[in-house]
Formats: sequence, structure tokens, C-alpha cells
Amino acid sequence: MSAITRDEVAHLARLSRLALTDEELDHFAGQLDQIIAAVARVAEVATDDIPPSSHALPLTNVFRPDEVRPGLTPQQALDQAPAVEDDRFRVPRILGEEA
Amino acid sequence: MSTPTETLMPFDEAMERYEPVLGLETHVELGTASKMFCGCPTTFGAPPNTQVCPVCLGLPGSLPVANAKAIESTIRIGLALNCSIAEWCRFARKNYFYPDMPKNFQISQYDEPLCYDGYIDVEVDGETVRIGIERVHLEEDTGKSTHVGGATGRIHGADYSTVDYNRAGIPLVEIVTKPITGTGRLAPQVARAYVAELRDLMRALGVSDVRMEQGSLRCDVNVSLMPRGGTEWGTRTETKNLNSLRSVERAVRHEIERQAGILDAGGRIIQETRHFHEDTGTTTSGRSKEEAQDYRYFPEPDLVPIAPDREWVEKLRAELPEPPSVRRRRLQAEWGVSDHDMAAMRNADAIDLVEATVKAGAPPADARKWWMGELARRANESGKALAELPITPEQVARVCELVASGQLNDKLARQVLEGVLAGEGTPDEVVERRGLRIVSDEGELAAIVDQVIAENAEVAEKVRNGKIAAAGALVGGVMKATKGKADAARARQLILEKLGVSG
Repeated sequence: MSAITRDEVAHLARLSRLALTDEELDHFAGQLDQIIAAVARVAEVATDDIPPSSHALPLTNVFRPDEVRPGLTPQQALDQAPAVEDDRFRVPRILGEEA
Repeated sequence: MSTPTETLMPFDEAMERYEPVLGLETHVELGTASKMFCGCPTTFGAPPNTQVCPVCLGLPGSLPVANAKAIESTIRIGLALNCSIAEWCRFARKNYFYPDMPKNFQISQYDEPLCYDGYIDVEVDGETVRIGIERVHLEEDTGKSTHVGGATGRIHGADYSTVDYNRAGIPLVEIVTKPITGTGRLAPQVARAYVAELRDLMRALGVSDVRMEQGSLRCDVNVSLMPRGGTEWGTRTETKNLNSLRSVERAVRHEIERQAGILDAGGRIIQETRHFHEDTGTTTSGRSKEEAQDYRYFPEPDLVPIAPDREWVEKLRAELPEPPSVRRRRLQAEWGVSDHDMAAMRNADAIDLVEATVKAGAPPADARKWWMGELARRANESGKALAELPITPEQVARVCELVASGQLNDKLARQVLEGVLAGEGTPDEVVERRGLRIVSDEGELAAIVDQVIAENAEVAEKVRNGKIAAAGALVGGVMKATKGKADAARARQLILEKLGVSG
């Protein structure tokens, strides 16, 4: 298992919109390494006869019929929004100046 | 955003030097009653944020459940495109931070599409081109952003944006072609014909209303060029969200001319997303960091895998409708119309309407005449699609019947259609209320003919002396006297009889 680099942490931070300091980048690189090593131990017990799985329950085909059900009113939907305009969620500028 | 000045290479010249390679990604919004993973309605044009719930707003604690009809529709699309249907597949989370999805991820499919490896044949210039289908997968649509501030209303230069999540979570099928090579100068038309064929197919399957102008069918085109005789494909660009057949064709053509111009000047094509501008027919760079990031796909933990039962798949296969191209050929033969007329009907979305009118008893030529003539003109005037006009094929068939039986002439029939469109009732009711029935009482018509002859003695004399062409003026007089409600052929016959000449 190769070590997580500082650059990789910076990349993840940017994708997650997190502003991390230099110290935090170093700190998290070490932590993420440990986490990945811990998870990697699962591979040690997973022999060839155990297929990879993404779900804990052996279920397939859980569907619902195509029926309309009541949802929220616009007031309810927008109630927790930090900013609202014309019954829409108002969000900050999406693309920065440099885009 | 600055765009360096680019020199386009004329299309014909570009085609002599380069071979285009295309790839198309088409998104089709399914016409289900409810959304993909929740029970919110999907009606187009509802007031903002009135069709939302905790699931499609991504609120904590909510759980998605897949819409059975959407799964079925996607499998039917896959089957109609000659695809294999996955024995087992999963949804995947596509992670990105962008406010069009409130969850900060979109539920999509990644390396396990529901349908894969198919094809569809399209016809261009009498030539059949087989387009390979790479995959058909199911995902959810995003919300609709409005960009406020800045000069253009576009995302670039906007001060902030507002979002309506009514569309977020509507089932969206993505159909991806394999690379399309060897089409040469037909490439722009092939792209257009492919999207047109998909649209007809979706309509035949009844899975979507495929209204490109409303965004329920939209297309991204990838274009690259390689030198003629070359073997290595060039760098591609992806022009996003084309919302008309014409735009698809123009965008491909423009990208060919633009890329050929750059390559010819010794430049390099940048792999990027581009936007098409309807007004100028050109594309501009839409590259942004947000689109270049990695999506960190992983299996969606809140939805269990899909394993379509083989019997179910075979049942759906057996129930597929007649393929649109086969149906068009059959109807064209039944109706006895030219390639040109058939293409015109297809472009006007009139084939279904003419077929239904014929089924209701009208002769094909009459059905086509009214839908492609008077009704097309009215639809055009009011900016509507033909199918949106408030008149049914049965009503048009009734008008044809009234004309055929001599109770209406074409002029009166147009007034009847106008009345029906204005909401005055059925054709028979309009005839009754507006008093449009043709003057068929022989005695009444004869009296009017006598009167017109008396009032136009000079013209009548010419006719008597053998100048039969002059009778037209007398027929016109009769039509005028009856406000157009006479049977012109019968009036002419009567006039000639009374003047002692034979037509």
C-alpha cells in the first residue's frame, strides 16, 4: 500500500471544497494512510471464494410503482435554505473569476 | 472568457483533407408520472420548487426507491436499440459539488449500464448507416439553474444563481454511441438523422414526449478530425446540450470547420466542453474546472442491485412496437406518397396524426392535405406543434367526409377547421352554428345562377358565343352571391346548361 501524498490530500480537499492549512494537509495525509491501511486488512481475509460486495443484504430489484405521492410545499422546501429568491434556492456565484 | 480569433476552413475543403469521427451522447427524460427515486410529479412547467420532497432535495434521513416503470422503459429502449440487457447491475454515485443537485451527487450508472452493445440503422441520402450503441444507462436529471447578473445570463460573469429542483430526480436515460467513423462529408447529416431516429423510436415506444425544445431530449456531440488516410484519431471536443435537430447538424459542421482551421494553421485541438450558439451557429469554449474534476464514482449504497428477470426481458422484447423506419416505409407505400412528401410529414411531426386521421376513415391524400396545409399553417401561426392544436384526427376525418359527400367545399372546410380550433365545437356543430353547409338545393342554386346571368349579360353573351373560359367569372359571381357556399363545379355545370353550351 503506497503512502497517501500531500498532493493527493490537497486534491481531495479541493474536490470536497475544504480549505486546509499546510499543517492540516500533512496531518490528514498521515491519518488517511492509517485509515486505508485499516480498511486494506479486509483484503487479507477475502479469499477467492468470497465475491466483492457493495451491499450488506442479498437483495435485488427493490422497486416502487410509478405513482405520484404528495411532497413538500415550496415554503417547506425553502424553509431551511440560507437564501431564497423568487421561490428558488439562491446560491453563490458558481464559477470563479478565473474560470 | 476570451476566444482567440479562429479561421474556419470551408466544409468542402475540410472534408478533402480530414475524416471526422463522431460520438453522440443523448439524454432522454422519461415520461413517467413520478420521479426516478421518489413520488414527486414530473409535469413540465410547474411553479418553482412545487414538485420536491425530502428524497429529491437530498435531505438527511431520506432514502431513494427506484421507479419500476423507469427501469422497464430503459430496458425497452435497450431492446429497441438491439442491446444486451445486463443480468445484474448497480446504480453508482457520481460525486460533484454543483448546486444543480442538492445532494452533491447524482445517482447514475458507471461501469455497469443496464443495456450495452447495440446498434441502430439510420438513412441518409438513401444510404443506410449503422450506428453502434455503446451503452444505455439510467440516471436522474438535475435541477434548473438561473444565472443572475452579468451581461449574458450565462454562468460566466453571473453574480449568483437561483435553483428550481422540480426537474431534479426525473428519470433520465443516457444513450451513448460507439465512435462513428467513415461517414465523411455526410457526418453532420448522419448526426442529425441519428437523433431524429432516436426521437421517433422513443415516441414509438411511448417512453418520452421527446420535446427537444423543452429539453426532454438533448444531445451532446463529440467531434474529432484525423487527416485523410491517417489511422490515429485526433483530439475531440464535446459540444453540449443541443436542443434541436438542426442544431445537432450545424454544431457538427461548425466543429469540423473550426477544428480543420486550427489543424491547418499548425495548431492543436484542446479537449474541452463547448457551447453551441443558436444565433451564430458557432461554438465557444465552455471549459471550467468544475467539469474537469474526477467524480469518485462508487456503488450507490442506498439502492440494491438490479437483476432483470430473463422472462420479463423476453416479454418486453416480444411486445416491442414496429420499428419507426419499418413503419414509415409501410405507411409510405400504403399512402402512395413520394419520399419528399414523407420526409416533409416526418419533419412536421405529422405522420402519427395523418395515420390516425386515415384510421378514422379519411382518404390518405385528404388527411395529408389538411394536416400539412391549413392545419400546419395555423400551428405555425400560433407557434404550436401540430399535435397541440385543439383538433382531433377524428374531427379532421369528419371534415374530409363532409367535403367528399359534397356538403362542404374546401373554402367552407377551412372555415369549419377554424371554428373547431376556436373551440366552437365539433365540425358538425360549427357547420350548424356558422351556417356553412353548401347550397345544395338545386332550385335555390338555379335561381342564383339565373340572377348572376341576368346581372352579367355581356359575359353571358361571350359564353353563349363559345368563349367558355369566360364562364369562370359567372361561377365567381355565384360563389360571391352564396358567400362561398355553392358547389363551384355544379354551379359551372348549371351555367353552361342554361347558356346552351357544353363544357
